[in-house]
Amino acid sequence: MQIQPILAALKHHKLATFLIAMEIALACAVLCNAVFLIATRMSAMNLHSGVDEDSLGAIVVTGFDPRQVNDLNARMLAGLGAIPGVESVHAISSVPFGPQWGVSGMTLDQAGKQPGAVVEFYLGDPGTPKALGLKLVAGHMPAADDYQPLQDHEFFPPSSRVLITRALAEKLWPGENPLGKQFWSAKWQFRVIGVVANLSVSQYTENGEHGAEWCVFVPVQAGGQLAGTYLIRAKPRDLERVMTRARAAVARIAPDVVLDHANSHTISFLRARFFQTDRAMTGLLVGVIVALLGVTAFGIVGLASFWVAQRRKQIGIRRALGATRADILRYFQTENFLIVTFGIVLGIVLAIGINLALMKWFEVSRLPLWYLPVGAVVLWLLGQLAVLAPALRAAAVPPVVATRSV
Amino acid sequence: MFGYYLDLAIRSFKRNRVLTALMVLALGLGIGASITTLTVLKLLSGDPLPQKSARLFTAEIDPLPAQGYVPGQTKPPWGNLMPYTDAMNLLRAHRAERQAAMALTQAKVTPARAGEHPFFSDAVMTTADFFAMFDAPFEYGSGWNAQSDDDSARVAVIAGFLNDKLFGGKNSVGQVIRINDHDYRVVGVLKDWSPQPRFYAVDLGGRSYGNGDAVFLPLKSARADDMDPQNVSCWQTADIQHLETAPCVFVSVWVELKHASDAAAYQTFLSNYVQQQISLGRFQRPEVVFPNLMKFLALEQVVPDDARLQTNLAFGFLLICIVNTVGLLLAKCLRRSREIGVRRALGATRRAIFAQFMVESGMVGIAGGVLGLVFAELGLWAIRHQPAQYAHLAHLDVSMFFATFVIALIASLIAGLLPAWRACVVAPAPQLKSV
Repeated sequence: MQIQPILAALKHHKLATFLIAMEIALACAVLCNAVFLIATRMSAMNLHSGVDEDSLGAIVVTGFDPRQVNDLNARMLAGLGAIPGVESVHAISSVPFGPQWGVSGMTLDQAGKQPGAVVEFYLGDPGTPKALGLKLVAGHMPAADDYQPLQDHEFFPPSSRVLITRALAEKLWPGENPLGKQFWSAKWQFRVIGVVANLSVSQYTENGEHGAEWCVFVPVQAGGQLAGTYLIRAKPRDLERVMTRARAAVARIAPDVVLDHANSHTISFLRARFFQTDRAMTGLLVGVIVALLGVTAFGIVGLASFWVAQRRKQIGIRRALGATRADILRYFQTENFLIVTFGIVLGIVLAIGINLALMKWFEVSRLPLWYLPVGAVVLWLLGQLAVLAPALRAAAVPPVVATRSV
Repeated sequence: MFGYYLDLAIRSFKRNRVLTALMVLALGLGIGASITTLTVLKLLSGDPLPQKSARLFTAEIDPLPAQGYVPGQTKPPWGNLMPYTDAMNLLRAHRAERQAAMALTQAKVTPARAGEHPFFSDAVMTTADFFAMFDAPFEYGSGWNAQSDDDSARVAVIAGFLNDKLFGGKNSVGQVIRINDHDYRVVGVLKDWSPQPRFYAVDLGGRSYGNGDAVFLPLKSARADDMDPQNVSCWQTADIQHLETAPCVFVSVWVELKHASDAAAYQTFLSNYVQQQISLGRFQRPEVVFPNLMKFLALEQVVPDDARLQTNLAFGFLLICIVNTVGLLLAKCLRRSREIGVRRALGATRRAIFAQFMVESGMVGIAGGVLGLVFAELGLWAIRHQPAQYAHLAHLDVSMFFATFVIALIASLIAGLLPAWRACVVAPAPQLKSV
């Protein structure tokens, strides 16, 4: 196929050519960025909580007298534990996707001069790590005497032996063995006795200053600060039923406290709610992409049809001079390919420009370069598909048209 | 003539229905998306108190130690949160027309009727000027006075919706409600009042949009009854049992000035106050920020990024739809070269041809606008079923209704310019020859 004559013909239709190219360029730019935004959202939504989401739920109560916490804990643990189907109940400070309990900075020295990271602390009573389903990768789980009582108005015991996540160990002591390492937060001291594979923060934000899994599990006895949130474990098939009964049971177990309806749910439910806006945004972006490709394709179909109608005579002449139908078909396909290529070149420049603008104004990271060739291939295919019907119509023009006037 | 052009336009649409439908559909989609996202953006970035916002200011000071301080660059780290001591000093100075300190809390409300469970309500702990300063309208009674603040009186102002729930909507002034296991006397009931965004809650740890707060209590009284502020940040290890004297921030101060131009004077006063605290050794950093209401909302970036991103995306989409419409209109008008030739030969001027084609694209625009309105209503309906705090507020208002058609007309006329110009420069003679 010779490209020279096609280019010569396109010179006569500068405006229409330019319009199709512009449309392709804009589509390419918006498409690459929209797909990239979707991918970013998706990876955020795949946050690994590190706990057995299908078997866990939380019951949260508030409005109790701080002096009565031991009584409340005893009643709640016994009362919720008595519900048929409950495997275990634990007092816990917070659960992934639930209300945040304690996020704080920490340092690697006692004087507070070497900043470590901003981390989330989880408190839990004996047996909580096992109930959560945390997977140990190094060290050991807290033993019975690691669970220390909390003094009144204190967030932690004076010195605790804690579990941290693999991600946090990598962040604080890259390449070193984290076991036995110490860190401080204000006046409290912590020593690492075990490393768990995953445990996510409760309220993950992409633009926060702490990572998705920078978490510390502090073993304590229930009481003091550790009251009001209870982790329920049941078999996945029983969980919904158990949670319904647990919510209803609170009024009986502790009539004077307030059940936090919004946060007393299964972890799966809390997770789904946490990512609801992300899901909505993803749906919207997908809708935009589909509409965009549709509009672009129809634009090409419209213009190409018009072109074919305009050139019936030329096509007839070429057929009369011995061009086959396949030649005519290929002519239009090549023409479309050239225009789309021109559009894609423009579009790549635009896509990178838009991405830079988004990085400047919003919390968006750099567009990976491999998106560009993929976007180009998609648009080439779209262009070829869109031009197919008009091109087939062009190929069907009988040679006799050339000899007719008009 | 205009009527004739309309007639011609309708005829030409009838000739290629599919092409016309495609144009209108694409334009409608683009306009629908743009209007939907614009409505949400307008809702989110609105002025919560338009009659007054230029005269409302909030004070930002920086109580952090000198460590890590870069002169001229470091901003107060917690927005307009400040230590209790400084808030009280600013209130006592009375340098503004009105001034109030505030913090948010969760108040446990116990209904008087037996068998009803206690529940938590959003509450504001504040001082006497709050209601007059923010133009909160009263259904019954009024706010409390400065004396009640000083005496830690157990008085409360409640929102209309809480009054409906507890007292069946009757005048409850003088009635007692039980908050955090203490009896408070109702002194006022508000009419519906929920400024959007809820500017005073932004840094206090409240929701920025939504139905507004249910209970308003004197700050000192509420603190004496152990109600904890929603948002406390401390810059040293602190005894959180005595927040008022701890190295922590948890209240914000808003002031109303007589004229917006008094801001400079107040800012000078604020700077001097901070300098004085530095000489007393309480503070180390002299920076103060004194933004008015809208400036404060901008500084705090209250409008979610998502909303702005979606609006940009929608307008990008509209641009693509316009380019597409240009292409299709061009295709149509070049096909009609012969018709144009005939009209020109019969004496139509170039201007007439241009007008004819502009009318045609304007009609595509109007049709696209009507369709866009349908899409926008659909889009807003979908947004109302989202979990966001502002979701139920997303409605098309009159101004956006007209904006739809303005945008549609502008978009289509821009799209029509090029084809119409191409049409009116067609030379009539060659078109009339039998080719």
